Amino acid sequence: MLPLKEKDKPVVQKLLAAGCCSRCVLRFCCTSVQAAFRQPEQETLKELQAFINNNEIVQDSPDSTEETKSHDASGSETRGDPPSKRAKLEHCASGDASKDGTVTVEMQEDEESHVCVACLGVLQEFCDVTRAIKIAAAVKAEQYEFDSLVLSVSLPPQLCVREHSCWLHVKKEVREKCMSLSEDDVIQVKEAFKWVMQGLIAKELGGVAVVTKSLFEVGVEFSHPETDSDCYFLASTCPNCFKPTKNKQSVFTRMAVVKALDKISDFAFLKHYPSPPARPSRHCVQQDVQCLHVSLFIAGRYNKFCRSLPQTPWVIDGQRRMESSVEELIAAPILVTFRADGFNFSSSGREDVDVRTLGNGRPFAMELLNPHRSRVSKVEMKQLQETINASSDKIRVRDLQIVTREATSRMKEGEEEKTKSYTALVWTHKAIQREDLSFMDDIKDLTLNQKTPLRVLHRRALAVRQRVIHSMSTRFVDAHHFYLGLKTQAGTYIKEFVHGDFGRTQPNMCELLKTDTDILELDVESVDVDWPPTVTD
Amino acid sequence: MDNEECKDTQDKAPSVVDRYYTRWYRADMKGKPCEDHCILQHSNRICVVTLAESHPILQNGRQIKSINYQISNGCSRLNNKVSGKSKRGGQFLTDFAPLCRITCTDENEYTIYSCIRGRLLEVNEAILETPSLLLQKPSTDGYIAVILPKFEESKSITENLLSREEFEKVLAKRAASSQLS
Ligand SMILES: [Zn+2]
Repeated sequence: MLPLKEKDKPVVQKLLAAGCCSRCVLRFCCTSVQAAFRQPEQETLKELQAFINNNEIVQDSPDSTEETKSHDASGSETRGDPPSKRAKLEHCASGDASKDGTVTVEMQEDEESHVCVACLGVLQEFCDVTRAIKIAAAVKAEQYEFDSLVLSVSLPPQLCVREHSCWLHVKKEVREKCMSLSEDDVIQVKEAFKWVMQGLIAKELGGVAVVTKSLFEVGVEFSHPETDSDCYFLASTCPNCFKPTKNKQSVFTRMAVVKALDKISDFAFLKHYPSPPARPSRHCVQQDVQCLHVSLFIAGRYNKFCRSLPQTPWVIDGQRRMESSVEELIAAPILVTFRADGFNFSSSGREDVDVRTLGNGRPFAMELLNPHRSRVSKVEMKQLQETINASSDKIRVRDLQIVTREATSRMKEGEEEKTKSYTALVWTHKAIQREDLSFMDDIKDLTLNQKTPLRVLHRRALAVRQRVIHSMSTRFVDAHHFYLGLKTQAGTYIKEFVHGDFGRTQPNMCELLKTDTDILELDVESVDVDWPPTVTD
Repeated sequence: MDNEECKDTQDKAPSVVDRYYTRWYRADMKGKPCEDHCILQHSNRICVVTLAESHPILQNGRQIKSINYQISNGCSRLNNKVSGKSKRGGQFLTDFAPLCRITCTDENEYTIYSCIRGRLLEVNEAILETPSLLLQKPSTDGYIAVILPKFEESKSITENLLSREEFEKVLAKRAASSQLS
């Protein structure tokens, strides 16, 4: 039994006549009895027809069941929309009653197959167990690991226009039924779709929970090119709502359409758009099912042992400069394990292509996009780390672990206050002796004024930044070379401190040693950030 | 032995300028004999305007009396300010925009020009305080100004300039003709 009352009758009658499907009729009756939506659409249609007719003059008609049968059989064959249909349907409001008291409405044979003016077929054609099986199959094919899923439905924006048009069509009748009902009380197409489909999809996927919030989203999208132009008149009534934006193909987004409909008066709407809406000739097109798992975050520390390896792919004028990069070497095995579509790499600072990172390494975090796997044990993570380390001798990874998105922000927290240790091989123009260097071992907390280095000035703002060198140590090599150990505030430009950057870093090594100096090699010895935590065996 | 080794490293090790910058020249700026400018273009397109070693200021033991970035009553390069990554507010210079005037103690005055189109990022204020930098380190600490060419012009701005080889030919010709006369 449909959860409808006598006062729903005029609404049902009007909407059926206008070409709404049975589920859309239920929606406009504002019933939230989900079971009513779940029963087959055609069955509901029959019940609705019976419902609107059971007050009419009822007469026994032995032919009526026969008629219903033939009607059923032919229903799926035809997809016509004769112009006479509406008149016919209205005329049919006085139908025949069958023996058991139910009433059928005399209709055209193709009446059942008509495309709903309100949902454009979404709640008819796309809302049954066959469709659920198809969606589930698409999900299964991608072999995701998930405990639950959220079903998201994307509908063509013109559905909002049609919805409003239908609402205006029955507004008076709905209000007569209950004064307090408004357009917001109409059950949304999306909602009704989910009521029907969620359970069916869950069943097909072996009982996985279909919930409102999940890490895994299954997206179903519909389009209906035939009626895209339904929205166009809104651009003239509310030009402000439809400003072109960069990434959107069309200005008629759902959001913009909703906004414009919110502003337009009923009078203006009805001047531009028919109520009820015109009948479409075909139903929506369903796009491919889109599966998306939320990002997973991996963290660790890396060493870089190679002086010709950039941290990220190095591209100049569209040309790749080095064959590999730290992030690619690390990412490749991780992407395979998690079957992710892509990644975003970030780290606590970065070293130049010709700089090595030794010691405990540099903290890094990686966002894995759309990972198909998400449950990976500690043992497997350890194996993954070994795979990365076996894949190249240019880099090495430790403390590889899964972390939360929130935790990754700890890597960047207080980055400025953190210290970093370096070793630089320095060349001097003038010949030096061991004793010439010893004074530097005593320098503590030397404050530098560094203008933005010329080498990065094209992409960073020009500024003078104060940075502190906490301590220095020297190791004599020969008359023109020595190793310089530095413990500095993060963000200090070491190369510029050594060669002076045209005197733009003050003081610099040239001034300290009163001769031209240059930096030949640089190693990062430690990045003193206590994240991510050490992974013990 | 030590000396030899010194020479050795000096010759072998490319300097910071050698490693990261391309040298471009303009000879006889505005038709004034030997007033050669050298532009150091970084691989990131940033340009540093310097005096070429052959510039008269660096000859005959000249000393500097004053350096003036005030190039007209209304315009001082010292007032140049840029802000943000996009370097908003910087003065836009054309090839022949004067950057500063340098007066030597022999009262000769020389104007230094930008030589390239681009946005002025900074002028070297250190040479105002220590003019000797200009004489001792003309191609590094004694630079005149830093200019950022437009991205789309970063290749074309050097088309009117001489490469290192071309400039050396000019110098050789100049030396030959001065010997002739
Ligand atoms: Zn419908």
